Amino acid sequence: MAEMIATRDGFGTELVELGKTNGKILVFSGDLEDATRAEYFKKAYPERFFNLGITEQDVVGTAAGASTLGFVTFATSFAVFMTNRAYDQIRMDVCYNNTNVKVVCSHAGVTVGEDGASAQCLEDLAIMRVLPNMRVICPVDNIEVKKAIRAIVSEKGPIYMRTSRAPVPVITKDSDPFVIGKANLMRPGKDVTFIACGIMVSEALSAAEMLKAEGIEARVLNMHTIKPIDQDAILAAAKETGAIVTAEEHQINGGLGSAVVEVLAQNSPVPVEMVAVKDSFGESGTPAELMRAYHLKDVDIAAAARKVIKRKLIKI
Amino acid sequence: MSCFNPSRSKTLTPQAPDIQSLKNKAFEFRKEILETIHAAGSGHPGGSLSAVEIMIALYFYKMKHRPTDPHWEDRDRLIVSKGHVSPVVYVTLANAGYFPKEELKTFRKFHSHLQGHVTTKTPGVEFNTGSLGHGLAVANGMAIGAKLLKKSFRAFCLMGDGEIQEGSVWEAAMTASHHKLDNVCAIVDHNQVQENGLLMDIKNIEPVKQKWESFGWNTLSIDGHDFSALFNALDNAENTKGKPTVIIANTIKGKGVKFMELKAAWHGKAPNAEQLKEALTELAAGRSQ
Repeated sequence: MAEMIATRDGFGTELVELGKTNGKILVFSGDLEDATRAEYFKKAYPERFFNLGITEQDVVGTAAGASTLGFVTFATSFAVFMTNRAYDQIRMDVCYNNTNVKVVCSHAGVTVGEDGASAQCLEDLAIMRVLPNMRVICPVDNIEVKKAIRAIVSEKGPIYMRTSRAPVPVITKDSDPFVIGKANLMRPGKDVTFIACGIMVSEALSAAEMLKAEGIEARVLNMHTIKPIDQDAILAAAKETGAIVTAEEHQINGGLGSAVVEVLAQNSPVPVEMVAVKDSFGESGTPAELMRAYHLKDVDIAAAARKVIKRKLIKI
Repeated sequence: MSCFNPSRSKTLTPQAPDIQSLKNKAFEFRKEILETIHAAGSGHPGGSLSAVEIMIALYFYKMKHRPTDPHWEDRDRLIVSKGHVSPVVYVTLANAGYFPKEELKTFRKFHSHLQGHVTTKTPGVEFNTGSLGHGLAVANGMAIGAKLLKKSFRAFCLMGDGEIQEGSVWEAAMTASHHKLDNVCAIVDHNQVQENGLLMDIKNIEPVKQKWESFGWNTLSIDGHDFSALFNALDNAENTKGKPTVIIANTIKGKGVKFMELKAAWHGKAPNAEQLKEALTELAAGRSQ
């Protein structure tokens, strides 16, 4: 059984590590640093941390202004508040001005749990992805999130990253590469490819294991970067496996699945099934209950695989 | 004018604040603003004309800046939060020497660096704006950064009075006072008119001075067309420690052209050839008085 750690924890601890040698990192928070884990940085470097209160627009604008002086600025809050409430500031002050602001938010997805729909961000990947200059990352576990933070700090310009509140299985190794825009192969396979991000990668791996008993070999790609999406990995999967299932803890419209089918439709269409939240809001419950209720489990990915494999056999 | 520094002016700004010459400059600016908007066929004359003296006071009196070195790291920063008043910004920057005046003719044209709303494509512009209510937070961020870097440059932010209906302005207002950002100076061009009418009819911002005071700002309410008052207020802002300063510059939208003054219709409309001629005639008459 894999160790369970929330990716927000890795964000908090790695930022403290980076702060030891990089005095240019500033963190701006919308009064949720206890929950986002930005408070680790606050405790380590109080002079470089600013809780601007419950003012997401102000957090983003201020972070953008400071970044023009050579700082790497983090704007942090819950994903739902930051990407929705401060969308215009992210569009104008971060993306249009191409400032060195890193919007890193926790509490993405239904696994936020008991707080219910208002706190469960299910649209961030879509609305961040559509903005010019923005790159979008959804790390899979506590090891990958640390690599992602290092990459985010070393890359100039706007980046959005979502982290999880709920503990998720640690399924990558320290030695695994992490390159923004480059998918990681988690499991080889020839019959179908699962393209997943975040918590859904471990569900996809579990689904692949289920299908093995049925003689189906599923490839699993960890698409940690939603933008720029790894076209080469998607097109190779289409060519070599002929069918794709996307899996994300996000709305079905506009997120990872949409990004994948945009690539396929314009280059090499193959049958696709999309495992995602089907155009609805979440609700209160435990993360496990909600993952089942919104059909985001390994069994749902396996069912989608069986369906998509049947579709690839039908000649159009 | 107490803290005016002639040596600084010599190196960084092109001329001393001789009031009469600045008044003449204001007439020239108004003429060039109207010509620029007329040539483009669109643009925002009202809020440009109201901010002429403010911009002259900033660029030809108060701000430390180098037109030949726009990215000089110790320059004072101005965020033009009301990004639609690009005509007055571009006319000011061209007159200060940031780029040749003839380029004003390319305003709003495809491939011009003079975009409809200000952008950093234009030498001397600090930040792309055009969505109201953003600039003060950005200026605060620069001011926070300046203090961390132990730099003495200051962050100015020009806002419209209608703009402060945006709630984000008040988020930033709280940040600046809470963090004692005395290196921030906001200027509200209180020209009384927004796109569809008078502020007092649409969403009254009064008592605006008390609002800013209650948010913890050193608040100065002055005649925004009076150079001496502007200079004194800008000096007062620089000398005020422990809190940010806001200058409520009481102005007239469309100032200098009677048929535009306090008329919402001239918020965002270009004068045609006949209207331009009438306006320039009026400006010339005003100048000769």
